[in-house]
Amino acid sequence: MQSDARMDEIRDGLSEVECDVLVLGGGTAGPMAALRAKKKNPKATVILLEKANVKRSGAISMGMDGLNNAVIPGYATPEQYTKEITIANDGIVDQAAVYKYAENCYDIIQELDRFGIRFQKDENGEYDVKKVHHLGTYVLPMPNGETVKKALYRQLRRERILISNRYMATRLLTGPTGRVAGVIAFNTRTAEFIVVKAKAVIMCMGAAGRLGLPVSGYLYGTYENPTNSGEGYAMAYHAGAALANLECFQINPLIKDYNGPSCAYVAGPFGGYTANSRDERFIECDYWSGQMMQEFYQELVSGKGPVYLKLNHLQPETAEHIEDILHKVERPSRGRFHENRGTRYAQSMIEMHISEIGFCSGHSASGVFVDDFARTTVPGLYAAGDMASVPHNYMLGAFTNGAIAGEDAMGFADGHDFESFDAGDVAAEQTRIMAPTTREDGLPPNQIEYKVRRFVNDYLQPPKVTAKYEIAQRRFAEIRQDAEERMMVRDAHELMRAAEVWSILDCADMAAYASLYRTESRWGLYHMRADYPERDEDNWRCHVLLSKKDGEMHCEKRDVAPYIVPISDEEMGAYYRQRITATA
Amino acid sequence: MPLANTPTSVPVLVDAEKCIADKGCTVCVDVCPLDVLRISEDTGKAYMKYDECWYCMPCEADCPTNAVTVTIPYLLR
Ligand SMILES: Cc1cc2nc3c(=O)[nH]c(=O)nc-3n(C[C@H](O)[C@H](O)[C@H](O)COP(=O)(O)OP(=O)(O)OC[C@H]3O[C@@H](n4cnc5c(N)ncnc54)[C@H](O)[C@@H]3O)c2cc1C
Ligand code: SF4
Ligand code: SF4
Repeated sequence: MQSDARMDEIRDGLSEVECDVLVLGGGTAGPMAALRAKKKNPKATVILLEKANVKRSGAISMGMDGLNNAVIPGYATPEQYTKEITIANDGIVDQAAVYKYAENCYDIIQELDRFGIRFQKDENGEYDVKKVHHLGTYVLPMPNGETVKKALYRQLRRERILISNRYMATRLLTGPTGRVAGVIAFNTRTAEFIVVKAKAVIMCMGAAGRLGLPVSGYLYGTYENPTNSGEGYAMAYHAGAALANLECFQINPLIKDYNGPSCAYVAGPFGGYTANSRDERFIECDYWSGQMMQEFYQELVSGKGPVYLKLNHLQPETAEHIEDILHKVERPSRGRFHENRGTRYAQSMIEMHISEIGFCSGHSASGVFVDDFARTTVPGLYAAGDMASVPHNYMLGAFTNGAIAGEDAMGFADGHDFESFDAGDVAAEQTRIMAPTTREDGLPPNQIEYKVRRFVNDYLQPPKVTAKYEIAQRRFAEIRQDAEERMMVRDAHELMRAAEVWSILDCADMAAYASLYRTESRWGLYHMRADYPERDEDNWRCHVLLSKKDGEMHCEKRDVAPYIVPISDEEMGAYYRQRITATA
Repeated sequence: MPLANTPTSVPVLVDAEKCIADKGCTVCVDVCPLDVLRISEDTGKAYMKYDECWYCMPCEADCPTNAVTVTIPYLLR
């Protein structure tokens, strides 16, 4: 038995291993990427490297309530889905990747079914898909959603994927031509380093979930799994990859204080909805989008808040049935939260609020820029799931695009040898990470993190004000200097927290920089710029790509790829017509 | 600047009577995504060492003896 003090003791160590395809992050997209890569070439070596433990890591650690974006024949077509997502994202969508997802996701549902994950069917044995989105029907409940992680893990073991748990990746290694060569990571319980050389690398490290500070002030009381502290974004940036639309923040309507989904996707089909403090419904559609969040925000500033999830008009049995679903699977501690507060869904409305900001393409559109093969702009480097730029991708998107990435990455690995890298880069990274262990005295990472994230709330939370953003940039630079000169840790666990501080700071800087670049408002609340309140289709109907050029942050415009599914101007405005005018 | 000992009340409780860490179990320590649980050198039982919890509950769900109880962290309770 390894007891506690020994477990977190800082040790020296550096080892090197190699594989054909390396997957970083074993949450949702990662396991599927690893499985698909191995299926494509069973003789190849695939390593899945994970900061936590693949058994219970990521957004779905306990399970999921349902598929939020299933495109199922008979209910929806890839054309309809692509159109809905394009409209929900104000037109800033490269449709090829969305369309490909929509075409492939039904096969993935069947594959998950074969893994033992079941989806709700009606009395005729057809998938019981529900309408939650503004236009189409895409939500499919998962009655045994708590089995997802176990089912995936079984497959990983069966296919003999090599799993490295408790390794935190911190930097990608690249070769002389810019191609990816591998990754450097450290063991979060011993601080020993590992270099994994790989012919292709797939990043599946989730959202940047620890960017804003939750209203509770608790650093880990985030919407996202707080293990996802933004390394994916930071590592892609430092490797020279482009990141897309980081100014399109993730902001969610959540249960106040608990900070989990409320969850209208589950409650909506039973007749639950979002209401103001006068008991009035003010939006037609509870599907999360920037436009919906803007209406939510307007309701709060107009003095009609708080905003609530309303279920107390339903039959008591219905409300209790919803409680039963919501308090068991995805965020099972939700029931305990309500119990403490004495909230029963059949009796009282549930207070909601606007979450802290983050980056996440799973719910929004901020991610590492990828094409329809999940390729980033760095050769041999792929990204899938919440950290890749395919918008509103959710869980099924993580699975589907993980599979697409796995297959293409193995193809790439089969056609290439290992890329060389500079050993000096490894040494420099070890020095950077270990710096806080060399100090006897200084600032602990939790204090530095708290301060960055509080300033993120004070200055970056929309509406975005130029002068406030400029103050934020100065504060972040000061904190960065504090961290460089004074951050100190006492054990390997704290070293992980210190390494996360750097990702959080990088993401805060990127959020500020990308937001200042786009001088218009778009995506409702996600990019509501007070100094530029209008959408500017002439100048900003484009992506913003952020990348590192000559060591500095840089933004540029990139045209939206020509649409595969045409959309009329009239249709394009649909998400701006959600407010129920009768209550205005 | 020296460090202070500011206390926090942890949200995860382990029933020492039920915990079989002294027989080699480390399940809760293994599965926690935030890696905040440890086996105590003093008592040989599992406990929450770092107050960094997502109140997600794998520790409770996977414990073979039902020794773990997850409560909501006080700041957001
Ligand atoms: C509370 C909640 C409820 C949701 N409900 C639904 C729903 O009902 N339906 C739906 O379709 N979608 C839902 N979603 C969205 C969906 O869960 C996500 O879009 C999807 O799971 C993301 O998968 P991912 O692989 O990108 O990230 P994750 O599954 O979060 O995996 C990321 C992995 O990377 C690891 N990692 C992070 N940093 C590092 C590092 N430095 N080194 C190594 N590993 C690292 C993490 O530990 C984690 O395992 C929900 C999300 C949340 C948070
Ligand atoms: S899982 Fe349960 S029995 Fe095992 S160490 Fe943890 S508390 Fe003890
Ligand atoms: S509730 Fe989740 S984060 Fe908290 S100790 Fe248990 S497994 Fe870890």
